[in-house]
Amino acid sequence: MTGTLTLIVLLPLLGFLLNGVLATQLGGNRVGKRFVTVVGCGLPLASFALVLQALAQLQSGDWKPLVEVAYRWALIGDSRFEIAFYFDRLTAVMALIVTGVGSVIHIYSVGYMAHDKSFGRFFAYLNLFLFFMLLLVLGRSLLVLFVGWEGVGLASYLLIGFWFDDLANARAGKKAFITNRIGDAGFLLGMFLLYHAVGTLDMDRINAAFNTAGGAVPAVSASLVGILLFIGASGKSAQIPLHVWLPDAMAGPTPVSALIHAATMVTAGVYLVARMSGVYLHAPEASAVIAIVGVSTAFLAATVALVQNDIKKVLAYSTVSQLGFMFLALGVGAYGVAIFHVMTHAFFKACLFLGAGSVIHALGGEQDLRKMGGLARRVPVTFTTFAIATAAIAGIPPLAGFFSKDEILWYAFASSRGGSVLLWGVAAATALMTAFYMTRLLWLAFLGTSRMTPEVEHHVHESPWSMTGVLVLLAGLSAVGGFIALPHFLEPLLPLPAVNEHLHAFETPLLVVSVVLAASGVALAAWLFGGDPARPAALRERFATAHRWLSGKYFVDELYERVIGRPLVWVSDRVFLRLGDRALLDGTLDGLAALGQRSAGWLARVQTGQLHLYAGLVLAGIVGALIWSWRHV
Amino acid sequence: MDKTQLLLGLALALFALGLLGVIVRRNVLVMLMCMELMLNGVNLSLVTFSQQAGTTAGAVLVFLIFVVATVEIALAIPIVLLLVRDKRTLDLGAYSDLKG
Repeated sequence: MTGTLTLIVLLPLLGFLLNGVLATQLGGNRVGKRFVTVVGCGLPLASFALVLQALAQLQSGDWKPLVEVAYRWALIGDSRFEIAFYFDRLTAVMALIVTGVGSVIHIYSVGYMAHDKSFGRFFAYLNLFLFFMLLLVLGRSLLVLFVGWEGVGLASYLLIGFWFDDLANARAGKKAFITNRIGDAGFLLGMFLLYHAVGTLDMDRINAAFNTAGGAVPAVSASLVGILLFIGASGKSAQIPLHVWLPDAMAGPTPVSALIHAATMVTAGVYLVARMSGVYLHAPEASAVIAIVGVSTAFLAATVALVQNDIKKVLAYSTVSQLGFMFLALGVGAYGVAIFHVMTHAFFKACLFLGAGSVIHALGGEQDLRKMGGLARRVPVTFTTFAIATAAIAGIPPLAGFFSKDEILWYAFASSRGGSVLLWGVAAATALMTAFYMTRLLWLAFLGTSRMTPEVEHHVHESPWSMTGVLVLLAGLSAVGGFIALPHFLEPLLPLPAVNEHLHAFETPLLVVSVVLAASGVALAAWLFGGDPARPAALRERFATAHRWLSGKYFVDELYERVIGRPLVWVSDRVFLRLGDRALLDGTLDGLAALGQRSAGWLARVQTGQLHLYAGLVLAGIVGALIWSWRHV
Repeated sequence: MDKTQLLLGLALALFALGLLGVIVRRNVLVMLMCMELMLNGVNLSLVTFSQQAGTTAGAVLVFLIFVVATVEIALAIPIVLLLVRDKRTLDLGAYSDLKG
């Protein structure tokens, strides 16, 4: 045991402790920004280097998974609960994404947050997030994964509400946290069931148990476990019906949106399902549910993204939509492809978010697309990188998004594990919309004529090199990331599903169709927003009802408020507060106290202060006692 | 009626007189004297029983009671003096400050 894996996880924790204690109010702001920068960015980079080293170790060990027991948590009878780290191909990919993309976003944040008064606190939280995220992906047992799972939820909560002076941000943080709790309930139940059935929480052992038993593990159905775990995954990864928190989570600083709410944390659900693929292989019903939820999330979120005016809201719904794509891939059994899309998505969505951050930075905090326009020449680096990432997410070959999305579409169509024309059709329509809304975003922000107010326009400036450098790096990865044959790399671990034989002929035509769809989406948006501004307005007028529904995000928040929020408040107020707390508990105690007070007041009348009365009473008592004892003895 | 009965009757009469005095009289000093009367009623019964049983234990106990009674008076008289200094009266009815 070399301790490499433990070190990978612990380095960001060290960063959190150092920055959290020394660079915040807690330790009296002992150190300056230079120290915070070195610690905050250096330790994640060190983690990244260690992940590379572990990967080399993995390769030289003939891809035999590395296992490292850091600590024995509990020993109950024969059951061991250990904090053990597990490193195989899947972990390697996820850890590389987390530490790699995480590190560059840390570097970006140095420029983005330079003028923030809570610079140290921000980096402390970011490092804390990385620690929990690495715990999540490196943990061998579901228990360790769950600790990381909750931890990233905490870090996400802290960072969404980072500017907590504004109540809306604090509310968004709470919403994210509480929505995730609902999913976690399902996750926990799934864990209990698995432990009951298999007797261990180590994920490799669970998968092995399901595989050797041919799916017939006694006392538990794989589909039930699969659906419960998926409820957890859908909370973390913002799938319908628990998607409502992610768009609101954009209240946090933009690097946070890029790191947590686009590139890494929200893909934890995808990772969980892929990691538990041994269970899902034997759970066709659960897989069907995942595919349907995934594709409907992808579709509905994309329709909402069509009409949003906040630059980060568009990207948020786009993230929800892309996560839907990943779950679609998981649902049809193409686990490796889903992880492939996790990776490419991490590249181009991080680039898009950071580009949006750069735009917001340049405009002094403006996020409304209607007040942008014509930025291309003012912030050329941001524009170029943003355009590359847009082309990547739209699925223009040969950029990264094209490869992963096309594979998802192909398996949605042809997988022998539940692929169907319907799934493909909805996904293809979503891909078209993706190309459309991303081009719309690009056009409204960077091209056309400026709609900025003069004083904002005066201050527009390109971001510092620490930000643009990261953008260039991520744009480069978005461009070439598709050539990493990730599904092939993961195949020994996550085999790709068999393709229905008679559908092989469709592979090339579908490829052409998806390229045509992407191109036509781009062209449509360019035609609509590139010309007369009256054109989109006329379209909006024509479909006023549809537009109202879309810009209202299908009024899901309002529905939840009506159906869940208000009844809950009513029950809490009437039943629990007024009836239970005030009437029953307070009433009983107040009644007892009043009874004591009143009887004491009545008995106090005997206390006249007259010694004679007391003596008389003593006499009466003695006489009574004598008579009693005479009678009874 | 033999001598023992007579003496026990006297002891009972002394005790009852003392008790009656404590309850009905209001003068503090008289009440203290009545308490002494009760003690002496008890003393008389003790020596009577001691005589009857032919042991000395009862008679010894009487001396103990004498000592206790002396000490009690030595404490009670100063308390009464302090009370009187405060309210200039020996009437117990004036000292009902501790009523509930």
